[in-house]
Amino acid sequence: MARNFTPKVVTANRLREGDVVYLTAADTWTPFHHEAELIEDEAHAQMRLLHAAAQKLQVVGAYLADAKAGPNGPEPTHFREQFRTRGPSNYSHGKQADHPNV
Amino acid sequence: MYDYTDFDEAFVRARVAQFTDQVNRRLDGSLTEDEFRPLRLMNGLYLQLHAYMLRVAIPYGTLNARQMRQLAHIADTWDKGYGHFTTRQNIQFNWPKLPDVPAILGALADVGMHAIQTSGNCVRNVTADHFAGAAADEIEDPRPYAELLRQWSTDHPEFQFLPRKFKIAISGAPADRAVTAAHDIGLRMTRNAAGEPGFQVFVGGGLGRTPMIAHQVRDFLPVADLLPYVEAVLSVYNTLGRRDNKYKARIKITLFETGKAELTRLIEERFAELRPQFGGADQALLADIRAAFAMPALKTAATAPFEQAYRADPVFRAWADRNLARHRDADHAIVTISLKAHGATPGDATSAQMRLIAELAETHGHDQIRISHEQNVILPHVHKSDLPGVHAALVKAGLGTANVGLLSDIIACPGMDYCSLATARSIPVAQELALHFQALQLEHDVGDLKIKISGCINACGHHHVGHIGILGLDRAGVENYQITLGGDGTETATIGEKTGPGFAYDEIVPAIERILRTYIALRTSADETFLQAYRRVGMGPFRAALYGSEGAQDAA
Repeated sequence: MARNFTPKVVTANRLREGDVVYLTAADTWTPFHHEAELIEDEAHAQMRLLHAAAQKLQVVGAYLADAKAGPNGPEPTHFREQFRTRGPSNYSHGKQADHPNV
Repeated sequence: MYDYTDFDEAFVRARVAQFTDQVNRRLDGSLTEDEFRPLRLMNGLYLQLHAYMLRVAIPYGTLNARQMRQLAHIADTWDKGYGHFTTRQNIQFNWPKLPDVPAILGALADVGMHAIQTSGNCVRNVTADHFAGAAADEIEDPRPYAELLRQWSTDHPEFQFLPRKFKIAISGAPADRAVTAAHDIGLRMTRNAAGEPGFQVFVGGGLGRTPMIAHQVRDFLPVADLLPYVEAVLSVYNTLGRRDNKYKARIKITLFETGKAELTRLIEERFAELRPQFGGADQALLADIRAAFAMPALKTAATAPFEQAYRADPVFRAWADRNLARHRDADHAIVTISLKAHGATPGDATSAQMRLIAELAETHGHDQIRISHEQNVILPHVHKSDLPGVHAALVKAGLGTANVGLLSDIIACPGMDYCSLATARSIPVAQELALHFQALQLEHDVGDLKIKISGCINACGHHHVGHIGILGLDRAGVENYQITLGGDGTETATIGEKTGPGFAYDEIVPAIERILRTYIALRTSADETFLQAYRRVGMGPFRAALYGSEGAQDAA
């Protein structure tokens, strides 16, 4: 089972602001996908998701998203998750505006 | 314009207070997200891809200047300086923060607006012909009936937990500008042999994953029977509608599974029970509501400034030819303000544009504004002599695009740029189509054309009833766009037909160009519209243009 497991990151939206965030290995929430913990084991992924879902005052709608290792950290594999790392394509709003250097 | 009564005001204020408390309890942890979610949805607050989204109802698309200014104020104070007008004649704010939402709802209540029943399995915002009260072809203004339905359906205790959401659209003219055939209930004004106004009633229309054109269940419903009849439809649906499967829960499936004859019989049976219970209070209320929608005292003046500008200024002429519609008073016009500047996001208006529209409505338009399901803004009563000035002001604000009904007047849902349900993007496809055909200077040659784009199967972008419909899907992790042709959202409503396999993101604009070049080559004259040509020749030539002759066989 573990052999076929696609690596994951835990992602959610911040409760107050709605911003997209990712769970780091240090148990903090980061706006940057590349700072997320890349989870390569299914049982560990489920544990991390439970941990995230329990943080009811920080985040909403935590889920596991497919990811892959990249030179600067985890990268999204699906276009939906790529869009979530930066914001909409019609305006420079969201992360691409809030964190222009990333 | 209907003004809130003390009852409406108290109801909306009470709801704001209630939701303020609910937000506070969510933020302090007293409510879990599972508990809070249905409460926020009841108040129009969604969590989308990058942020929360607040959907505000604009009942039957009607606003006054003060309300439009308040929307601008909300956009500047709690959002990013713009709003998105939707195919449901609502406005959506894409970036509110949860702790600010109670203040936003308070600001809406200050101008008689709210976000109630813009989500959930209840009767949603009743939509209407955006030319209501002004159109030359109108039998009666449908908005008093829409307002009556709004008051009746708001917090109606029997219909707060329907099997699924329920949408009612109403049109006052033989020309259906409200897509009534694609609604759970579509009401079209008509007259009987005695000349009395009433409704043709259609039930069971809807787009989404199972698109269906509504069936007529009554050819003439007297206006006095409106509420008991609509209540009968909802009552039958509430009992029969499926709650076991979300995808089979709309009334269109109830109709399909029950059969039109049997459903009609059940509706009539229930109507016979309900009718005597309506003792006339609804008609007294309707009379009061009607007075609020009376035609304003129209200006009398010479129309010479219009004719002069029309002769002298080709830019004004082009705009007048595309963006004006016939008013019932020959010296007035209905102005459609395009929110489809080439390359812009369909339906978006900045706060500055909202304020200008408010000012023009006050100065030249009897304080009346409408939002169309086609994501444009309407000034319904403008005297012709004022049109050159209105046009000049619109041009300065980037609102003077002369493209109503043309290729670039595209409906597009927010798609995967905002919506968490979306499977692909819609907005950039709309932007690129508009810019591409502008660069080719083909738009005017192509003429009347409705392109409608949805970013998922739920079809908020009405793609099934677009002359050309585009549906964005996720095919094995890649955006893929399926094309339908021949859809029609008017009184001759038709669901478009799929051309065949879909196209990748970077192939969709060239594919649409192949369709349109084929149309130009085969049309009998420039007067034959795309839809007429499609109806004459069918899918064959377009399929061949898209896939080659071999591909056409595969696709067929």
